[in-house]
Amino acid sequence: MTAPPPDDCLARNDWICGDYLSTRRQILLDAVGQHLQLTVISVALGLVIAVPLALLARRRRWTAGPVLGITTVLYTIPSLAMFSLLLPVYGLSATLVVVGLALYSLTLLVRNILAGLDGVPAEAREAARGMGFGPMRQLLTVELPLALPAAMAGLRIATVSAVALTTVGAIVGYGGLGNLIYAGMNSFFKAQVLTASVLCVIIAVVLDLLLLGAERLLTPWRRAGRRTRVRTRAGAGAKRLVTAAGRRT
Amino acid sequence: MNTLSAVWTWLTTAANWSGENGVWHRLEQHLVLTFACLVISALIALPVALTLGHLGRGGALAINLANVGRAVPTFAVLVLLLLTPLGRHGQWPTIIALVLFAIPPLLTNAYVGMREVDRSVVRAARGMGMTGTQLVWRVEVPLAFPLILTGIRIAAVQLVATATLAALVGGGGLGRIITAGFNLASTPQVVAGAVLVAVFALLVEGAFELARRCAPDWARGPVR
Repeated sequence: MTAPPPDDCLARNDWICGDYLSTRRQILLDAVGQHLQLTVISVALGLVIAVPLALLARRRRWTAGPVLGITTVLYTIPSLAMFSLLLPVYGLSATLVVVGLALYSLTLLVRNILAGLDGVPAEAREAARGMGFGPMRQLLTVELPLALPAAMAGLRIATVSAVALTTVGAIVGYGGLGNLIYAGMNSFFKAQVLTASVLCVIIAVVLDLLLLGAERLLTPWRRAGRRTRVRTRAGAGAKRLVTAAGRRT
Repeated sequence: MNTLSAVWTWLTTAANWSGENGVWHRLEQHLVLTFACLVISALIALPVALTLGHLGRGGALAINLANVGRAVPTFAVLVLLLLTPLGRHGQWPTIIALVLFAIPPLLTNAYVGMREVDRSVVRAARGMGMTGTQLVWRVEVPLAFPLILTGIRIAAVQLVATATLAALVGGGGLGRIITAGFNLASTPQVVAGAVLVAVFALLVEGAFELARRCAPDWARGPVR
């Protein structure tokens, strides 16, 4: 005589299931770990490439057109196609996902860093020059700090987008929580799909808040002046970009 | 080099273009899905955005919608909808997901466009005795038009991308060529499908850019 089938939320295939959380804890933790790793590495890689590109586009004005053009074209390519185009180069690997996501972050970061640098008031630049600052010192101590709010806005959008896009990496088996969503879809496992989806959103919100906190710490002068000057010029420029950039799928 | 020639061979094989799984059929599905969802989402988002923008209310909602939308993975929403009872009704989960993700750019851009209309122009129009409706259609919408158009462009490109992802949950469209390629472990087919999708997305973006350049000055807006 066989035992009757268990009547718990896993057997009923409920959307919300506490047993799922307790029995699959390790799987979930591993997926979250992979998700964070893919996201953070790809955004960091994008940032490392974006800063020199933005500075180049600023120093040598003729490079601004091609840099912005190429990054815009990259941004237009749908994520599934982007990952697929990289397949012959990287095979079914985590590198493929990281490079694909880095290319998207690159676009957002270059645009926002450039907007931030363009938003630096000419008076601040002239004052720095008048005080005898060289180009390097001016860049590091005046221009980059003033461009920081816009750059951070770009970094936050890039990070949040990367968290959402990582799920598509499931197509090559490296999608973090996306792997669980993909597997859950094939087996109609509702609790797994919902839990993984909610965790994705939580990761995105937490990373966004962490970056917001970092921005506050890095720009103490904005906190002091918040009551009197709500928007700096650089901040306003970034706000405009936020609406124009949309999101990536 | 080998992959490139294999991709070329795939793209130039007539058999890959015809039939149920052929490129032409997938392209048609992709176009129909994108266009239908663009119309549906515009019909939902634009009236709301124009009303809110005219009244100057709900700004936080309109602006934050785009940020919230960004944090939610499209793939997750597609799968979630597929697993609901809706999933048994053919294309509907895909259509709903596509519309949901096309609404934020439409709404946010149209709202910002309406709010960025010079207040002195609005006051002048009111002073001339224009009613609310006249103000919306003769002053605010024409002045907000460039940003409304930007929203439509972003939504269209977004829809092309989302429609590609729909292939992962069994929808039609060009993405199907890619997913079929993965299932067959055929790198040439995967890359060929990706090339087709990328070209299609760029053509849509290019078409909007071309339309903007040919448009009269008032519809064009400041050059970005």
